[in-house]
Amino acid sequence: MESRSRQFKANTLAALSNPGLQQNMRQAKGKFVDKRAKSIRELDDFDGTRTAAAAIRNRVLDNLDLWLEKFEASASARGATVLWAKDADEICRHVVDIARRHEVKKTVKSKSMLSEEAGLNLALEAAGIQPVETDLGEYILQINNNEAPSHIIAPVVHKSLDEVADLFEKVHGTPRKTEITALTREAREVLRSHFLTADMGISGGNFLVAETGSVALVTNEGNGRMVTTLPRVHVVITGIEKVIPTLEDLSTLMRLLPRSATGQSISNYVSVLTGTQAAGDLDGPEHLYYILVDNGRADLIGSEFQDMLRCIRCGACMNHCPVYQTIGGHAYGWVYPGPMGAVLTPLYTGLENALDLPHAATLCNQCGVVCPVKIPLPELLRKLREKQVERGLRPQGERRAFKFWARLAASPTLYALAAWFGVRYLKQLAGGRKTITSFSLVPEWMLGRDFPAPEGKTFRELYAERGEKK
Amino acid sequence: MRAALFVTCLVDLMRPRIGFAALELLEAAGCEVVVPATQTCCGQPAWNSGDHCAAVTLAKKVIAEFEGYDYVVAPSGSCADHIRNEYPKILAAEPEWLARAVTLSGQVFELTDFLVNVVKLERVPGHFAGSVTYHDSCTGLRSLGIKAQPRALLAQLPGVELKEMRAAEDCCGFGGAFSIKFGAVSAAIAERKCNNAVATEADAIVGGDLGCLLNIEGKLRRLGDDRTPVLHIAEVLTAK
Ligand code: SF4
Repeated sequence: MESRSRQFKANTLAALSNPGLQQNMRQAKGKFVDKRAKSIRELDDFDGTRTAAAAIRNRVLDNLDLWLEKFEASASARGATVLWAKDADEICRHVVDIARRHEVKKTVKSKSMLSEEAGLNLALEAAGIQPVETDLGEYILQINNNEAPSHIIAPVVHKSLDEVADLFEKVHGTPRKTEITALTREAREVLRSHFLTADMGISGGNFLVAETGSVALVTNEGNGRMVTTLPRVHVVITGIEKVIPTLEDLSTLMRLLPRSATGQSISNYVSVLTGTQAAGDLDGPEHLYYILVDNGRADLIGSEFQDMLRCIRCGACMNHCPVYQTIGGHAYGWVYPGPMGAVLTPLYTGLENALDLPHAATLCNQCGVVCPVKIPLPELLRKLREKQVERGLRPQGERRAFKFWARLAASPTLYALAAWFGVRYLKQLAGGRKTITSFSLVPEWMLGRDFPAPEGKTFRELYAERGEKK
Repeated sequence: MRAALFVTCLVDLMRPRIGFAALELLEAAGCEVVVPATQTCCGQPAWNSGDHCAAVTLAKKVIAEFEGYDYVVAPSGSCADHIRNEYPKILAAEPEWLARAVTLSGQVFELTDFLVNVVKLERVPGHFAGSVTYHDSCTGLRSLGIKAQPRALLAQLPGVELKEMRAAEDCCGFGGAFSIKFGAVSAAIAERKCNNAVATEADAIVGGDLGCLLNIEGKLRRLGDDRTPVLHIAEVLTAK
């Protein structure tokens, strides 16, 4: 997917001036945050479980190559073919090749963020293969001119019921419905025939289990089961970092994933799929392919950003982020939004292509405390800022201002002098009022706020005066 | 007991009275308070904007100025956290400085945390009548566990009623440089905070970090409220 992260600032302004989006985001915030908080309380030791989950992920990441080989061996032994993709193009090439090999005309898809990274739907269409999204949210986006998702687990969180009702009426040519159940039924009816006529299913994968060579899928709509069992061919596309050692580990991670994501104790469906259809099996694909994707991940192994690879894509960090709550996911400009996206986008698409994202955070650490695998997101954002400075990617003016300030702060005499002038200047700007209403030095601050006036003298002056009086 | 007051650069510039209020509280708690005259800034703005070099310079300066006292106290969770938890990271590559940073780290406290958990102040000197709502600033709350401390101190003032706002723990949108880089987003977040605070109908909005307070006050005034005071907890606890 093409990145629009360079336009982040403009994107935020557009988001702020979109009243519909603002309303939808306000509603979503309450739902996600409250539900998660409630379901977390069911665990007797949330923090201990997080520590265990982080340890499972670290164990794999510290020896990722070995665990991948282990997974490959187990999966191959169960009849699957494991393919490796370096980048987006290679993902698309693999999928198109597989489709051609098995004479596939139509493919049904359940949710896969990797397919977003790859821009897979466009590539399939270009190759004459019809992709049909079957996750309700993704389906809505696909029939709305292939709109991009704005959230990793709730792709249409930015849309209202009314917008979906309008869209279905227009695209399906049916009478307008406003009940969620009626809309869902309508989508089901459209999708049913696709499930029955598709030759290939494409899914993501929440976890790859090394000991059994299985993929675990965590879904709520049941479409994942249809996609992975009905068609002759099943293709799993997922990141190389998704491996975990055992099924036991899966159960630990599953205590956290649905709770962190949607506030459910368990999602409606958890599928553990292993191998192709064997003699005597009632269902399952004849051909099973895993496409394990690098696309920037391997470079993070052993780097100061390795912690980011622990991510289990629950979305809690964005649901709790004051910035995400305010601007929604599209503003971030690429596949992954919110704090995890602000870390991943520059790492996967190039530091220079997402200069604003690491700065688009208040470092409030709300993300860090909710993350089920204890990723220190604010710390990683700060490190990315450091990388930008090291590589000379910050604007000249900003660097100069900082250098000037740092020199002042290092020299008590100069600092006191500058502060002396500074407060008097501000006091004069305020002109006897409590706040300054126009202040050209900080235009961004003034966009939506006044600037409170200072008292008029610095603490150091007043403290010295007091000493003299004594 | 000798306690050094780390005034913080914002208090020095914008609200000296908070510095004096902190001084008064520390003295009421029986401390001999020293205010090192050469202090400037803890360097957090440099560190948070990726300027490792300046962060190192300022960390060393603060360590040299503030080591050797029994305690160092700051009327800000954000600055106290920076000295306590970030200095050891900033100086990790220089063993000698790292050792000094670690020692200082054990001595530095946010004001309300210090008053409640270290010196166990039982009678605050102020008189404040009216209702207040308390905004929990992010760094103090999530890195230093500042939550019960300011409330315990407010409870010592007989005339004060605490009216908790919805989402008191949500960020106010300040974020230091964030507020001057992404002003519109920052102000939109601040607006939610102001709405939640005002909905309590409290007489004053109170917090423990001046950055957040200036942000909230600035937004409140822009929204047309020029009445509700936005106060630092130290001002409330020493109000006359
Ligand atoms: S970074 Fe943490 S909170 Fe965010 S999506 Fe990943 S696992 Fe969830």
